[in-house]
Amino acid sequence: MQIDVLLFASYADAAGAASVRVAVSDDACVADVVQAVRTAAPAVRLPARPLVAVNHRYAGADVRVAPADEVALIPPVAGG
Amino acid sequence: MRTALVGTRIDVAAIAADVASPTNGALSLFVGTVRDSNDGRPVDGIEYNAYAPMAEREMAAIAREAADRFGSEHIVIEHRTGYLALGEASVAIAVAHPRRANAMDATRWIIEALKQRVPIWKLEHYTDGTRQWVVHWQGHGGVQGQGHGGVQGAGNDGDEGREGAAHA
Repeated sequence: MQIDVLLFASYADAAGAASVRVAVSDDACVADVVQAVRTAAPAVRLPARPLVAVNHRYAGADVRVAPADEVALIPPVAGG
Repeated sequence: MRTALVGTRIDVAAIAADVASPTNGALSLFVGTVRDSNDGRPVDGIEYNAYAPMAEREMAAIAREAADRFGSEHIVIEHRTGYLALGEASVAIAVAHPRRANAMDATRWIIEALKQRVPIWKLEHYTDGTRQWVVHWQGHGGVQGQGHGGVQGAGNDGDEGREGAAHA
């Protein structure tokens, strides 16, 4: 399946885009998507365990991803 | 209880008025503003960028958790997005409660939770024309996420660091 992974802030700047499309297996989990982004957008220098959100909630590395899910890579937050 | 991501100036007085009531003898208000320097570098302004739907969801979750934890439904949180000049309010939190300890502890707890969890980023604009994304390093414990086993905090202890190269 194909997943459009949303990028923000420093990640979006590094990629030069607000999202990156990756192809992963149908039983892929968050960790697989992260690995695919590393390959598809090497300019985005992700930490060892980047924060990921699935459908607006933080999701652990082993959470399964479906084609309709909204997946986002979350750079270290800095609100306030 | 009300939370909002806003694109226009935060009306601090209106937020305080929203939570005020005669049953609550204490009203605690926290306002975060744009500071004129960071890490020794003179700042011109800060651009706040949010993953809006998730930021709104996290802010609402934080308000709900604070209400349960501190025993008050009289909570308002507003966070600004877009470009802010020096001194402008980027965030305002108001909590009212019959007792001052609960009101003050709640505002402190909310701002710390917000800085750890809400997907908002700031691009600092310096007086020399460069720009840089700011990183608030999180402590050892990381963020307590909503389900899925929580979130891994990144980085070291300390106040703030930066990542990425400066923009021309």
